[in-house]
Amino acid sequence: MFLITCPFCGEREQSEFKAGGEAHIERPKQPTELSDDEWAEYLFMRKNIKGIQFERWNHAHGCRKWFNMIRDTSNDTIKAVYKMGEKPPVK
Amino acid sequence: MKNKYSIFSLIKNAFSYHENWQKAWKDPTPKKEYDAVIIGGGGHGLATAYYLAKKHNMKNIAVVEKGWIGGGNTGRNTTIIRSNYLWDASTGLYDHALKLWEGLSQEINYNVMFSQRGVMNLAHNLQDVRDLKRRTHANRLNGIDAVYLSTEEVKKFCPIINTSQDIRYPVLGGTLQRRAGTARHDAVAWGYARGADEMGVDIIQNCEVKGIKRSGDEVEGIETTRGFIKTKKVGVVAAGHSSVLANMAGLRLPLESKPLQALVSEPVKPIIDTVVMSNAVHAYVSQSDKGELVIGAGTDDYISYSQKGSHDIVEGTLNAILELYPIFSRMRMLRQWGGIVDICPDASPIISKTTIKGLYFNCGWGTGGFKATPGSGDLFAHTIANDEPHKLNAAFNLNRFISGDLVDEHGAAAVAH
Repeated sequence: MFLITCPFCGEREQSEFKAGGEAHIERPKQPTELSDDEWAEYLFMRKNIKGIQFERWNHAHGCRKWFNMIRDTSNDTIKAVYKMGEKPPVK
Repeated sequence: MKNKYSIFSLIKNAFSYHENWQKAWKDPTPKKEYDAVIIGGGGHGLATAYYLAKKHNMKNIAVVEKGWIGGGNTGRNTTIIRSNYLWDASTGLYDHALKLWEGLSQEINYNVMFSQRGVMNLAHNLQDVRDLKRRTHANRLNGIDAVYLSTEEVKKFCPIINTSQDIRYPVLGGTLQRRAGTARHDAVAWGYARGADEMGVDIIQNCEVKGIKRSGDEVEGIETTRGFIKTKKVGVVAAGHSSVLANMAGLRLPLESKPLQALVSEPVKPIIDTVVMSNAVHAYVSQSDKGELVIGAGTDDYISYSQKGSHDIVEGTLNAILELYPIFSRMRMLRQWGGIVDICPDASPIISKTTIKGLYFNCGWGTGGFKATPGSGDLFAHTIANDEPHKLNAAFNLNRFISGDLVDEHGAAAVAH
């Protein structure tokens, strides 16, 4: 349980949000060209990092907008929050 | 040679105030080289080592564990054992485990307190009824002892359930597997550890793996906090930390690690003599031999390795418990905890070779690995020893995410594990 600062609504409880998993996975530009291996990589394989992870969140019980977050998954502390389409504020 | 545990050894040791019991396992320093190393000293890892030594005569092996054995999800689960899964592949896997459970205490001379008290799954809406009936039919075709129960039969089997049709999610029916039940989780880890140790397996605790060394596409050994260990075969059974170890070897797995919570109440006199699970409202409950209610909650939806879950998950589960069992309304909860579970997209495990020779993974058990402990160890040992899967775990390979031949227990069976 932690607090999340929605870039649109401000600080709210985590229970208002829905986690959307790893961020910055690009949809293949030419899906018809993809091999089975590449499909598996895109659909299923995840970094699942213990430590600093880039992820997507949705303010499901609020503004219902999607945004990105940088979070330390080993202790659930949030490092940064930024809007969809924006460059991550840290590397 | 280990002394056999029996009523006579108990009496004999009583005379020395139980102060001279033989150590159940040694505390060895890691050797420079082993024929195989198992990473992860939980139930599955220790069972793997046990069956490698026992059935495949691989005795120069070690289990390395970063904490103490059985301290991860083996000691954090709600100990439910059943095999009423939907698909043939799953039934084969989980019923293999269930059959091993039935003889386990005798086999390893360690009382794992396996209790076939039955597991009942409840239906709360029409779709549940259809799914559970379908699953019962599929189970019976696979020789699993599943039966479908009406609401009245549910009430008869477990009288404290509120079967009133006025509640938010009324009980419309259920299924029952009588061979299913519970076991003592710590005893499973300790029993396998003692058995493996007797056959010469080194169980190395407080030894964290820091790296997996490869030369080209072959495993050479592992870097640990207690030095480098050379080995040609590495079996990873690290549950929530599987992805972390895969990353060390340059592999990616289709896993997400999430906190799963459970809680126990204060101990009370026997009130519920079975296990009741309810997927629709996500509540399941049984009673331990100490008298505590053992309650399983759900997973959080975000990735986390923190072994802490959210409060609202527990609240949701307890709301459902109270509606189904009004008699528990004044019970106090004693302890609550979280474990990190590695969830596969199809909610089925991976017991598989990898693209790296000599590196094997047993992971993805998600929220329901405890029940499979003996079977998982047996099949993983087979896979490591022969470098080929057993026919029972052939379907649970890593390649299924490329071929698309998934074992989809998530959507199809809607099983809370």
